[in-house]
Amino acid sequence: MAGLIAIQGLALTFTRDGSRTTVLSNLDLDIEPGEFLAIVGASGVGKSTLLRVIADLVAPSAGTVSVSAPEPGRRAVALVFQDSRLLPWRRVLDNVAFGLEKLRLARAERRRRALAALARVGLAELAARWPFQLSGGQRQRVSLARALAVEPHVLLMDEPFSALDALTRESLQDELARLCRASGQTVLFVTHDIEEAVYLADRVVVLAGSPGQIVAAHRIAAAQPRDRAAPELKAMVQVIREELVGAGGAAAEARDAR
Amino acid sequence: MRSRPAAALLPLVGLAAFFALWEAVPRLGLVNPAFLPPPSVLPEAFLRELRSGQWLAAVTGSLGHYLAGLALGVGLGIAAGTLTGMSRTAEGLTAWVVRVLRPVPGLAWVPFAIIWFGVSPEAALFIVAIGVFWIVYFASHGAIRGVDRDLIELAAAFGFRSAPERLVTVVWPAAMPGILVGVRTAIGQAWMAVVAAEIFGVAGLGQRMMQASTLLATDIVVVYMLTMALLYGVFDAGFTALQRWILRWRA
Repeated sequence: MAGLIAIQGLALTFTRDGSRTTVLSNLDLDIEPGEFLAIVGASGVGKSTLLRVIADLVAPSAGTVSVSAPEPGRRAVALVFQDSRLLPWRRVLDNVAFGLEKLRLARAERRRRALAALARVGLAELAARWPFQLSGGQRQRVSLARALAVEPHVLLMDEPFSALDALTRESLQDELARLCRASGQTVLFVTHDIEEAVYLADRVVVLAGSPGQIVAAHRIAAAQPRDRAAPELKAMVQVIREELVGAGGAAAEARDAR
Repeated sequence: MRSRPAAALLPLVGLAAFFALWEAVPRLGLVNPAFLPPPSVLPEAFLRELRSGQWLAAVTGSLGHYLAGLALGVGLGIAAGTLTGMSRTAEGLTAWVVRVLRPVPGLAWVPFAIIWFGVSPEAALFIVAIGVFWIVYFASHGAIRGVDRDLIELAAAFGFRSAPERLVTVVWPAAMPGILVGVRTAIGQAWMAVVAAEIFGVAGLGQRMMQASTLLATDIVVVYMLTMALLYGVFDAGFTALQRWILRWRA
């Protein structure tokens, strides 16, 4: 079966104030149905930009990105942002229903799906609240529910837990892992947190350098639910850390040589 | 330390002192009562105006100009501010036109209002609409221009990509607080424009005031001054309550 997302030879160059910056170059990536793929990399390596290209918010400079067409009533992809980005003038339920309003669904159907999505993240009882009444973790759950409500082929997550405190972050990671296990949701998850990537993903792709390129890819075979303290995960974190540091050093040398 | 009830009474004490002073000045002969009527004569003057039907006619006339002019000026102001706030092309095209027309005081349009519409309700409506247009235009333009780009990206990510879709889903709601500040200012400005337009003869509070003043019926002039203050107070309080309800999503 073909991948849900197929990226070939992707490059992205910005022109700002007359100077050209290449963020991504010659990037190939496929995402298979049902997999949880994490992309780790340092800040500024182009991880978020890659998600925006896939979500068709930024046009690539070269290469192709093909995303499987969604059935009626679904979206190909849905994005969860680093900041929850809720609309403050909508109540929680209406925030979750936001994406559904574009999908030509009947009002009752929108409401049913929004409520179901909210229940999946455990916040059904907060449906009538305003965003300002929520904690940071609750806001991010609502943001996740908003993305789940449109039943995306691929859920795109842009460092979704990085702004949360450690305890909330871990509980949301566990919840995401549980949700994906239960539904087989395909996820493309971007993070700079190696432990997080290794804990959650079936496959981890390491993005490094300037412009950003894929320097390594690893399958994480450990079964879900996982133990954060498992030695094999710890070992994998160490391997990836060295790959990132090594690539970072090489990139710095390349910059200095220029 | 002042207790709470005492603090609440303070404005009332101030108001009573104000009326007492006002009453004393003409009564002590410091000012001719024909030039400054004491407040004690006002209730009787008000009843006279009410019984003759003049008060109600003047108030309905003014309210008509006020509401229609306000609606027109606010509507056009929001529409134009939205257009130039969303489109760089529209903003560029209008930049110098705005710079030429904005400094013209609203009342400077009175001669044209009379030439185009005669001494008529339409002329008053025109003066009021022009008087509030720029306030609402600049408030809307600024609020729309200032909408967080992240919200527009969010709308695009969920498929709302055309300008009308962006406008309805995020731009207008996000700009609403700023637009409403402009509308509230307009509600005050519009009263000034109403009175100014009517002083030139369009039937309403302003015209009735001018008639009374030429007859030196200063008590009636004051009755209408207080009527305006009351009407403005009612509209402002009503709008503030509405504004609070619309923006109840703010912490």
